[in-house]
Amino acid sequence: MENTIRLENIVKHFPGVCANDHISLTIKKGEVHALLGENGAGKTTLMNVLYGLLCPDFGQIFLNGEAVEIRSPKEAIEHGIGMVHQHFMLIPVFTVTENVVLGEDMPREPLLDIQQAEQRVKEISHTYGLDVDPKSKVWHLSVGAQQRVEIIKALYRNAKILILDEPTAVLTPSEVDILFKVLRKLVEEGLTVIFISHKLQEVMEICDRVTVLRNGRVVDTVETSETNQSELARMMVGREVFLQFDKEKMTAGEKVLEVKGVSALSDRGVAALQNISLDVHCGEIVGIAGVDGNGQCELVDAIMGLRKIDRGSILIKGKKIKENNTREIIQRGVSCIPFDRHAEGLVKSFSLSEVLMLKEWNNLPFTRHYLFDFNAIRSFSEGMVREYDIRAPGIEVKTGNLSGGNQQKVVLARELSRKPDLIIAGQPTRGLDVGATEYVRQRLLAERARGAGILLISTELEEILSISDRLLVIYEGQIMGEMFTANADLHDIGLMMAGVKRQPDGQIKEMPV
Amino acid sequence: MGIEVFLGLFTVEFFYATIRMASPIALAALGEVYVEKAGILNLGIEATMLMGAFFGVLGSALSGSAFVGVLTAMAAGMLTGLLFGFLVITMRANQIVTGAALNIAALGMTSFLSRIIFGVRLLPVQVQGIKPLPIPFLKDIPGLGKILFEQTPLVYFTYFMVIVMTYALYRTTWGLKIRSVGEHPRAAETLGISVIRWRYGCVLLGGALGGIAGSILSLAQLSTFVDNMIAGRGFIALAAVIFGRWNPLGAAAAALVFGAADAMQMRVQAFSLNLPSDFLLMLPYLITLIGVIIFRGRAAAPVALTKPYEKEATA
Repeated sequence: MENTIRLENIVKHFPGVCANDHISLTIKKGEVHALLGENGAGKTTLMNVLYGLLCPDFGQIFLNGEAVEIRSPKEAIEHGIGMVHQHFMLIPVFTVTENVVLGEDMPREPLLDIQQAEQRVKEISHTYGLDVDPKSKVWHLSVGAQQRVEIIKALYRNAKILILDEPTAVLTPSEVDILFKVLRKLVEEGLTVIFISHKLQEVMEICDRVTVLRNGRVVDTVETSETNQSELARMMVGREVFLQFDKEKMTAGEKVLEVKGVSALSDRGVAALQNISLDVHCGEIVGIAGVDGNGQCELVDAIMGLRKIDRGSILIKGKKIKENNTREIIQRGVSCIPFDRHAEGLVKSFSLSEVLMLKEWNNLPFTRHYLFDFNAIRSFSEGMVREYDIRAPGIEVKTGNLSGGNQQKVVLARELSRKPDLIIAGQPTRGLDVGATEYVRQRLLAERARGAGILLISTELEEILSISDRLLVIYEGQIMGEMFTANADLHDIGLMMAGVKRQPDGQIKEMPV
Repeated sequence: MGIEVFLGLFTVEFFYATIRMASPIALAALGEVYVEKAGILNLGIEATMLMGAFFGVLGSALSGSAFVGVLTAMAAGMLTGLLFGFLVITMRANQIVTGAALNIAALGMTSFLSRIIFGVRLLPVQVQGIKPLPIPFLKDIPGLGKILFEQTPLVYFTYFMVIVMTYALYRTTWGLKIRSVGEHPRAAETLGISVIRWRYGCVLLGGALGGIAGSILSLAQLSTFVDNMIAGRGFIALAAVIFGRWNPLGAAAAALVFGAADAMQMRVQAFSLNLPSDFLLMLPYLITLIGVIIFRGRAAAPVALTKPYEKEATA
């Protein structure tokens, strides 16, 4: 088989870090090649170099044996390289077709012949099984459909090499199946796929070969048929990881959170929560399973007093909360790990120590007589950096410059060090690598053992099944069912997540013996 | 004021004046639609128009030709746009502050140059202005002919630009690129579209149209330059963009409303009603204020509006 891409000694520095440290690898024509590594291992940087978005400090790219220089995405496209970014590069107010043809010359340039373009989009979507309506506006589409638009965009530009950056991070299990079907079809048609991921099982399922990256260096390239998940995990993390957790048996204590028949609207004014009821007790983790966008964010907002409740009530430790009084809710011992750590978890332009004290800045020991006590702040921050193993050049570094995993550790440190009675954890491991995921889950279990009640909201079923005691399934703002994790039926949960099945009211499967 | 008197305001002259007063606002607003669609808020349209007004008069005075005056105005507008573009696109300066600074600078500069070049006079200098040019046949359409087709060539140019710019924005690949640059510049960049270049292009276009708009006020209406003669019409153009939901056609329609307010103000003054003239002068601005309140919200605004663009990602 001929080599499609050869990267030789790629080096890329960012201020303070070496993201790619002499990376060399070869990708063969017609294969699905995985780039596996933890967050911050340098996968995305390497692919941005290949796609011309970043200019390497050193190193050479060979395409079909010829040395090439790729200075811009335009040149990458000309070389037949297409990329589907982790954060989609789509314009929400444009239609599918407009997004696809954007930047390409039309036959009667500069006239925009949208009908003819729609025809091309239809052809491509038909050939590769990429089901999407060329006329719909992108913001109407589900995440899975948006991803298909991204793939069509690359194919419309005659991409022969397709880079997918963490393509499954945002998909539901059935959408992942559809994506994999598409990828197999692409390879059948002679394309080469580069699959960036940190999910071992997916890499084993879809890829032919894997290159493992760690700390900006290549660990090894292996055939998936000659390796297994635990070997890959070891290469990726550099040590053994345990994906199974031993949960200490806990007896649930008093109720810390009661949500009673709550209804609320979304930002767009449509019903987001409809008559939701749930309880969380001390010493238990309650999972909320469901596909993204089914009311999870609104539920968290409602509990934190950030969203108006139209009906029902929310009680924390037996006392009703008032909306618009988030400060008081926080002071009653509620911590929140927000869904989007960039938007809500931290202030990117603040330093590590500033972000760490954000929730308690007004209290001792940080503030004494209306003035900050910088010694106390420093020693607290240094303690947190040690305890939570935050990898940062110092406590004065801006949190925006930390890697995703370390940012999450900062949020975790701030929220958990307050010794809360109730923790609202929204997607606490989103975008984290295996090592960091394991760490976050261990921490949550430790909080449970300490006696905190935890509401864990996650779109990853595996996460809920692995650490929660009890789980509820949410669909279109309604609770479809509730069960103890120990006797949860995966098939049932799947049907509930899809809104096909609903448990009769008031029934919860018996606690296992 | 009886109802007959009120209805008496709406004469052919009133509608003629509406079109005449609306055209500079419409032209400036059309340019600003493109600028904002590309993600830049140019608060300095007032400056651009003032420069156009002054250099239009200067060009006409030096050459003796109103047409050369308009070209000079366009060039002055483009230079103003280029300066603004350099500051906010290349230097990534704050767009609001830069625009405001330009307005003050242009006001001072044109007043100063006017005294230096034309001297301090009792009566302002009169130059070759732009005369109305009735279009044969079209001007004979009953009612509309007089209103629409006995205007100056610059008004016809405005009609033409409304059509061309609406079409170009929604029916050409260039329009698609401009809109993408203002919505999601990073996405545009990944498709090989140069955000910086398209933004410069739009700022230059906006400058050219703003400059010509300014020269309409000086050359086609007064045939002279008076200090601060734009008198807030640049800001009204800015309001017309919002009023028109960032659509060229909508902005032109909004400009008509403001033009009508301006015409009304002149008509009512002519009726010598018992109203203070200051109140009437306020009318167009009051309508602008009400319009902006009614058509508030950013729902239709380009997402990347006012956000500077940096090329290389750091992560």
